[in-house]
Amino acid sequence: MHNAKTTAEVAAGIRKRVFVHAMRNNGGYLSQACSAAEQLAFLYNEALTLGAPTLPPVPPPFGGVPAADNPDYVTGAGYNGPAAPDYDRLFIAPAHYALVAYATLVEVGRMDDAGLEMFNLDGSSVEMIGAEHSPGMEVHNGTLGIGLSTAAGLAWGRKRRSEAGQVCVFMSDGEVQEGQTWEAVQAAAHHRIDNLWALMDVNDQQCDGAMDSVMEVRDIAAKFRDFGAVCVEVDAHDLDALREARATPHPGAPLIILARSSPTQGMSFLQRRFPRLHYVRFKSDDERAEMNASIAAELGIDPVDLTSEAH
Amino acid sequence: MVEIVNRPYASAFEAHALANPDVLCLSADLTSSCEIDGFRDRHPDRFLSLGMAEQNMMSFAGGLGMAGYRPFLHSFGVFLYRRPYDQLIASVAYPRRKVRLMGFLPGITTPGGMTHQAIEDVAVMRSIPNMTILETGDATEVESICAAADSIDGPVYCRVLRGAIPRLFDTPIAVGEMRELASGSDVLVVTSGIATEEALRCRAALAGAGVSIRHLHIHTIKPFDRGALLDHIGSVTKGVVVLENHLIDGGVGSLVAEIMAEAGAGKRLVRLGLRDTFAHGGSRAYLMKHYGLDATALLAGIEDLLGAKTGIAEEDLATARVDAVHSAVKAEAL
Repeated sequence: MHNAKTTAEVAAGIRKRVFVHAMRNNGGYLSQACSAAEQLAFLYNEALTLGAPTLPPVPPPFGGVPAADNPDYVTGAGYNGPAAPDYDRLFIAPAHYALVAYATLVEVGRMDDAGLEMFNLDGSSVEMIGAEHSPGMEVHNGTLGIGLSTAAGLAWGRKRRSEAGQVCVFMSDGEVQEGQTWEAVQAAAHHRIDNLWALMDVNDQQCDGAMDSVMEVRDIAAKFRDFGAVCVEVDAHDLDALREARATPHPGAPLIILARSSPTQGMSFLQRRFPRLHYVRFKSDDERAEMNASIAAELGIDPVDLTSEAH
Repeated sequence: MVEIVNRPYASAFEAHALANPDVLCLSADLTSSCEIDGFRDRHPDRFLSLGMAEQNMMSFAGGLGMAGYRPFLHSFGVFLYRRPYDQLIASVAYPRRKVRLMGFLPGITTPGGMTHQAIEDVAVMRSIPNMTILETGDATEVESICAAADSIDGPVYCRVLRGAIPRLFDTPIAVGEMRELASGSDVLVVTSGIATEEALRCRAALAGAGVSIRHLHIHTIKPFDRGALLDHIGSVTKGVVVLENHLIDGGVGSLVAEIMAEAGAGKRLVRLGLRDTFAHGGSRAYLMKHYGLDATALLAGIEDLLGAKTGIAEEDLATARVDAVHSAVKAEAL
């Protein structure tokens, strides 16, 4: 299922939607939209083979957690289409990218924009940290570092069942500080799991700030290769480079694409906040107004009307 | 003389797996220690070696569950919940994956000391939503643990015995039920796992001393049949004694205490097991005696409940079963 927009248009739309949402809601995960817009647009608009959504365009309210007495429970994976043998599966490993992922679903026509208005509202399934019942999610990844392991297990199982669909993980670079990420890569390589690939947003940022100031991770491309993966590094904002990277042969091993990104791409004003970019709040009304005007101009849209009631 | 069965898990798992094509055998570098080395050698296409990396193994198993498989994870009990607890919650328990956690060396059945002794596993697992907990107490229960675990629509943690195991029962585990081993009217004795064998050592002496024991063996710890337990409590006059191979906090003793308190049972309860302490390394017999988990400790607990001595001496209890120190099936060998 593909829509009529180009991937570049989808990426631009993601930044606009996240920006508008953050402006109206007094802050948000802006830098993740800056760094990951092209990557998520690339995944949903062309790289992944996904079926039509199986869930309603406007997300239903939170329907309870998985339990023996909750037989109607479903995950949010239906927004990515059915879990059929020929279709790919996607895990959004850094669950705090949820707003960016939801914006992507809207841009590619998988969710109504009313869904974005439900973000972080009590009783909504469109949660701030993507849960497995949130649109586009299939597993909980809010505890960082478990996504690649889960994907490796699913990929091994799908290969054993001779399914054509692949398993893709969208990852963040902070996850390489978790030991489990390396356990997952060594296991995927040991078991020759090659229907598995990951696209990692390498923005050198984490919650406390620049990664080098929190915990140096050194040459992660070399580390991934040493652990048995095929690894390529590209400019995260260059769609042709992403396409070329995805085409890299990786027989008998998982493919990991390191997408080197800028956490302020398309919103240069955020450079003033470097290196505290994980969650951007406004320090004053003046700063909010200044940011509104500056980023809107760079994105080519009108400033957000801040006089209407915030959602 | 009680029958001793050698390595019942090995053949039981193999038979169950061969009859169920979606069952997979996972190991984290403790393959022969968990008696699945023969399975690995005979059925390599059904065996996944995941190395000393339990966190990945847990989430990987969650992924296998998403693909419709029912992975049996084999390791020592401690390694299935202490290090990979976060993964156990997020990748297995929350989404109710059909992952079967086969935890060997429960409690103090290992000389490996603190790092190897799962003494709080039941407490941890009882507090996890969606989790089922089973415990084996004899060879027949080990032989039936795979089918019992695999019948659960969701994750299940099993305390599995290995090596040379006595056969105490002649019927398989019926999930959700409890075994009534004696139907007396003075004291209700509740035991699970290896504690049941200890209780049986007391039985003849107690009968001789005129103490009427009602004895329940618990193999299904969660879910638990509260009504049945309360019926048994209502059938005795003096009270309840629980003996378990676990801390008294959070295990079967706590479970019984909660049920009694909520129901206003109004009878005394004596909980026996490890008392707010870690254990150290040693033989099973030594540790059971040292930490008060054996037949002698149970006898003392019953006397505490009765408020009187029974006159039974330690030598009156049935002989404890001791494996030959250098036996090939010795359970303590790592």
